[in-house]
Amino acid sequence: MYRQTFYLYRIVSYRKTEIWKTVDWLTIILYVVLVVAGWFSICGASYEFDNVGLFDLSGRPGSQLMWMGLSVGLIFVILMLESEFFDVFAYLIYAGIIVLLIVTIFLAPNIKGSHSWLVLGPVRLQPAEFAKFATALTVAKLMNTYGFRLTTPKNFLLVLSLIFLPMVCILLQQETGSALVYLAFFLMLYREGMSGYILLSGVCAVVFFVVSMKFSEVMAGDTALGELLVSSLILLITLILIQIERKDTRAIQVISGAAGIACLGGYVASFFMPVDYSRISIGLVLLVACYLVFLSVRNWVWHYVLIAVFALGSLAFMYSVDYVFTDILEPHQQVRIKVSLGLEDDPIGAGYNVNQSKIAIGSGGLTGKGFLNGTQTKLKYVPEQDTDFIFCTVGEEQGFIGASVVLLLFGFLILRLIVLAERQSSTFNRVYGYSVASIFFFHLAINIGMVTGLTPVIGIPLPFFSYGGSSLWGFTILLFIFLRLDASRRER
Amino acid sequence: MEINRKYTFENRRFVIGGAVVLLVLVFIVRLFFLQVVDNDYKAWADSNAFQKKTLIPSRGIIYDRNGKLLVYNQPSYEVMLIMREVQPFDTLDFCHILGITKDLFVKRIAEIKNRRLNPGYSSYVPQVFMNHLSAQECGVLQEKLYKFPGFYIRNRTIREYEYPYAAHLLGNIGEVNRGDIEKDPYYVQGDNAGRSGVELSYEEALRGVKGVEILLRDAHGRIKGKYEEGRYDVAPVSGKNLTLSIDMDLQALGEKLMQNKRGSIVMIEPETGEVLCMVSSPSYDPNLLVGRQRGKNHIMLSKNSDKPLLDRSIMGRYPPGSTFKPTQALTFLQEGVITTGTLYTCAHGYTGARNGKPACHVHASPLNVTYALATSCNSFFCWGLRDMIDSRRRYSSVGEAFEVWKNYLVSMGYGYKLGIDLPGENRGFLPNSEYYNKYYGKRWSSSSVISIAIGQGEVLATPLQICNLAATIANRGYFITPHVVKEVQDTPLDSLYTNKRYTMVERKNYESVAEGMRDAVIGGTCRGAAIPDIEVCGKTGTAENPHGKDHSAFIGFAPYRAPKVAICVYVENGGFGAVYGVPIGKLMMEKYLKGELSEESKLLEETMSKAVVSPNVLSLPNREL
Repeated sequence: MYRQTFYLYRIVSYRKTEIWKTVDWLTIILYVVLVVAGWFSICGASYEFDNVGLFDLSGRPGSQLMWMGLSVGLIFVILMLESEFFDVFAYLIYAGIIVLLIVTIFLAPNIKGSHSWLVLGPVRLQPAEFAKFATALTVAKLMNTYGFRLTTPKNFLLVLSLIFLPMVCILLQQETGSALVYLAFFLMLYREGMSGYILLSGVCAVVFFVVSMKFSEVMAGDTALGELLVSSLILLITLILIQIERKDTRAIQVISGAAGIACLGGYVASFFMPVDYSRISIGLVLLVACYLVFLSVRNWVWHYVLIAVFALGSLAFMYSVDYVFTDILEPHQQVRIKVSLGLEDDPIGAGYNVNQSKIAIGSGGLTGKGFLNGTQTKLKYVPEQDTDFIFCTVGEEQGFIGASVVLLLFGFLILRLIVLAERQSSTFNRVYGYSVASIFFFHLAINIGMVTGLTPVIGIPLPFFSYGGSSLWGFTILLFIFLRLDASRRER
Repeated sequence: MEINRKYTFENRRFVIGGAVVLLVLVFIVRLFFLQVVDNDYKAWADSNAFQKKTLIPSRGIIYDRNGKLLVYNQPSYEVMLIMREVQPFDTLDFCHILGITKDLFVKRIAEIKNRRLNPGYSSYVPQVFMNHLSAQECGVLQEKLYKFPGFYIRNRTIREYEYPYAAHLLGNIGEVNRGDIEKDPYYVQGDNAGRSGVELSYEEALRGVKGVEILLRDAHGRIKGKYEEGRYDVAPVSGKNLTLSIDMDLQALGEKLMQNKRGSIVMIEPETGEVLCMVSSPSYDPNLLVGRQRGKNHIMLSKNSDKPLLDRSIMGRYPPGSTFKPTQALTFLQEGVITTGTLYTCAHGYTGARNGKPACHVHASPLNVTYALATSCNSFFCWGLRDMIDSRRRYSSVGEAFEVWKNYLVSMGYGYKLGIDLPGENRGFLPNSEYYNKYYGKRWSSSSVISIAIGQGEVLATPLQICNLAATIANRGYFITPHVVKEVQDTPLDSLYTNKRYTMVERKNYESVAEGMRDAVIGGTCRGAAIPDIEVCGKTGTAENPHGKDHSAFIGFAPYRAPKVAICVYVENGGFGAVYGVPIGKLMMEKYLKGELSEESKLLEETMSKAVVSPNVLSLPNREL
């Protein structure tokens, strides 16, 4: 407690002047460019035919401008703070945010089915947006403690509970999208030493699920395409795992050769009878599993068995997904999943958003229709077009070139954050930096995937672009705390 | 080991960085396909956002030959409503103003909301509640409109006919049907197009060219303004005005004279082929087929047994009777069967067929062609026909002879459509040798077909064709395809309506026939057609009619030397040609040539217009003629 009081005193008295020299200006420039581009997109998205005043504070561009101004104040405050402040107050901030999240569950009014907004007079605040940096700080502080080893079950569970606590609170606020963002921390945990298999299993589970669903009833000739694709992916990942874990070139050659022979055999056989390549592929996976078990026994190493378990487990997962989907889920749930995967054409129901979003983006063409000239967004065909679907405006008005530039800017920002995180000497800074990069990565992946119809519709904002003060401030705080930490990385 | 581990973890930044690069690449490829490769999305976006509002051009105006306004556009009003803007109001008051019952009101609202009946329904978009409101009805509603939020009045135009005459000729317009839309992609559902008469045959000139206004429509169907400030809008081009060759005063007189009769009057200016009037009786007020009552009235008219919708002048097929005799005289003279000096005998009938038929009336005998025309001698023309088609010296067979005969008549405009600029013209009927071969086998002669020489038997013609004969004689040998439109604004007239069509008969033979027709007025069957100071020529016709009383017909032209007008009058069941055909023909010619009827003629006009030939016609809606 003493330490905290002490630092509180120092915040007031301490004036740091060389911060402007040490702070990473490249990131700040990327931030400014993205925020300004975001503001122009909001102008396009919230264009009203009767009222063209972009700077009118009652309109959305005006409000966003005001929040951008306040963000500058926030940035100033964050950069002026002592860098230890965040380390010292991490738990306190986290505790405060958790209390706020819990309070929000009970106090928040129902706004479009979600209970995530605290309404204080004219101001509406979404605490979930601020929980990200608080969680990142806390996790960073925990992992920075002396003797912390992520690989011990106790420590790992501790980290997980710190991540899952805000996630559960946000789920209870009916904000599934914002809650899922916390899965991004696994990317950071992977960097910090978490077994790659956990990440791989998670990613594979999602990919296999989506692929097998998307192609579940598609036949290519006599082949069940979904099963063929998934089992081929399993084979491919198995090969990669053998290479990474054992560098066993001979085993890889044997398996590749077997696959080649199986394909050729299937091709020859197809002249005489109908051939379902998915059967061949699945049989191959089973054979490979047996071969791996044999290798494991012969060489007396674990790894082959583990890889075999992965392959067999993946197959089992593929079949259970099918079973769960067709036999356990209710028809309306099936429809919802299928629509969000883009499997079912439902242009006026659940698929309306994605369909209109694709139309808006697609109509932009190579060079776009020009600022404020987008018909689809201006005429409000895309719902949520200034928040979650803001990228449509970019796609329609700036075209392929503009949209690609925005994507590249985001890519550069995240890569830059990784570079910054890697140059930190303290675990605290690095963990926090990777958390920031992972969160931006996750937001980008889900949001752009959603508006381009690649991933299911999960409503999360596009950082710096989506309209809203909470979102803008949340990301600004998240980013600039890291820049502040980075600026004084040599002091620690 | 620990150091080695740490090293491995640091390498993981490449996995994470690689994932970032991969993600951005995947998205860029996806965008490339969405935005650059696939063009469907652009089309979808356009159909989403653009509402192409058609701007209907104003339809061309129609004038008569003297510049009198005949057909024009009149504002009409539609009550529109936007469902979303409707607030509770006094329904009874509203119904009272529009003169409808509350049930009808409820029914209309239900119809509008029914997406099956009204596929384009949106509660944001104006819907037609009631159409074809008159200016008076609209005025009352306009005053009280503030009481009925969500209701609007929209201006449209409808056709208005200045006179209750010439309904067949002018025609009418109606909403296009599916077939019209398939045939001509210019039309869309709800468009109007000419349905009959000049409105139909000059549809393309009258309708003009539609314009388009590209409006932006938001997700709710609300209009948010013009696309690019109207840069891509196209202004409509108004329809072209028509000047008809019709003299409306003449037409009015004709329709008055033909009251309570069935039949037709056609008058042509021989020099130009312009139709001066074209009466088909019974007729109706063209305004009946406009607006809200159109459907009801159309059914009423089509059900009438006297077929008022039939344009008898171009669709009626009548035996020409004795009006056909000039064609025979011309043919025989030209073929050299007879000369002006040739005399035939008449013993109160044709004796060539040994049964004394066709019969004839009392006149001097033997007689030459001029006198035969003047007295309308049947026998003369029967002898002529016999000498022509039974002559194996001239023609190798009866068939060949008959084909020659037929070709003369075709050259005079019989047997085929003349090509008037009105829809639905009938070609009449002219038998050929094959027709008789089929009927009689190879063994037939003039005796079998003798009645065609006097315009009976198989020969059928429209009043227009009959009048065209008079015009040909007036021109002494040629005609110009009759037409009712004198001028289409800014467009030269089709050469079809300016070219002279010569018949196979020389001018000098026409002189003989004209002389015969002059004599018919001076001292023959047409004495009643004489007009003081004008040398009128004429030919009566009394067409036998197997279904009832003879038809009364008359053709004529005047003046004899420099004809200004040719006429055909045909009164169904009118009896002798001299009873109705001649006096009506005289009155019409007098009116046209002198401008006014003399006192004496006015009495005749009274008598004629009051005469009732077909009492049925009285059941049609009364017109103030």
